[in-house]
Amino acid sequence: MIDLIIFVSLLALGYGFGRHAEKKHYKSIIKREKQYSSLPALTAKTPTMLSKPNDSHLVVGSVVISVDYFKRFISALRNLVGGRVTSYESLIDRARREAVLRMKAQAKEMGANLVFNTKFETASIYQGRRHQVGSVEVLAYGTAIIPMQRG
Amino acid sequence: MMITNIEIVPGKRITRHLGLVQGSSVRAKHVGRDIMASLKNIFGGELIGYTELLQESRNEAIARMTEQAKAVGANAVLNVRFSTSSIAAGAAELFAYGTAVTLEKM
Repeated sequence: MIDLIIFVSLLALGYGFGRHAEKKHYKSIIKREKQYSSLPALTAKTPTMLSKPNDSHLVVGSVVISVDYFKRFISALRNLVGGRVTSYESLIDRARREAVLRMKAQAKEMGANLVFNTKFETASIYQGRRHQVGSVEVLAYGTAIIPMQRG
Repeated sequence: MMITNIEIVPGKRITRHLGLVQGSSVRAKHVGRDIMASLKNIFGGELIGYTELLQESRNEAIARMTEQAKAVGANAVLNVRFSTSSIAAGAAELFAYGTAVTLEKM
């Protein structure tokens, strides 16, 4: 009985806090994406259309995000019937966008106006018994193009 | 030392190719961070401790790669890639590799 109570309260906690955190995160992601809209991140390999001399530098952004208890439970249920695991999709989406934003923030600090050759790296971090900690790390990296100052 | 993940640097010419350089770092988290992380697993959200840890070890991997590039006499590392893998429970390997070259102004 006590186990059941603990389980249900964990589920409720996960649902409440997880939902709140996700909403807040999406809000801030959308806000910052607008802010950085003047600094595009491209996947093109070689910088073309550059007429002025430029400096370039590696920029990196990374984030580790963890799932909440409720989402993990839902995805376990989803494993029985198969299909899209939307609860994990939103998690990865948040992590990717956050990583790109952090990369752009670093690029902006250097005074860049473009990020080339953006690449992603995703790793899952599991540890402990029965995969107690389930979280995902996303790394975004690219080359920032910084216009050189003359004089 | 210039480190970049593009293959050709605008305004500069590659004069010498010095081969592959690499750096890696394996890190484990300490228990306090693990406890915090398992709490966060109930509520969801960012694991700031882990983000910092991975960033630190990635910087170390880059530093080791740079050291190696310096040792072979390069002044730039091009086409840098990152790779992450979890080898054991609670430990992650961060790996950075690239091509060491000498660059000259055109």
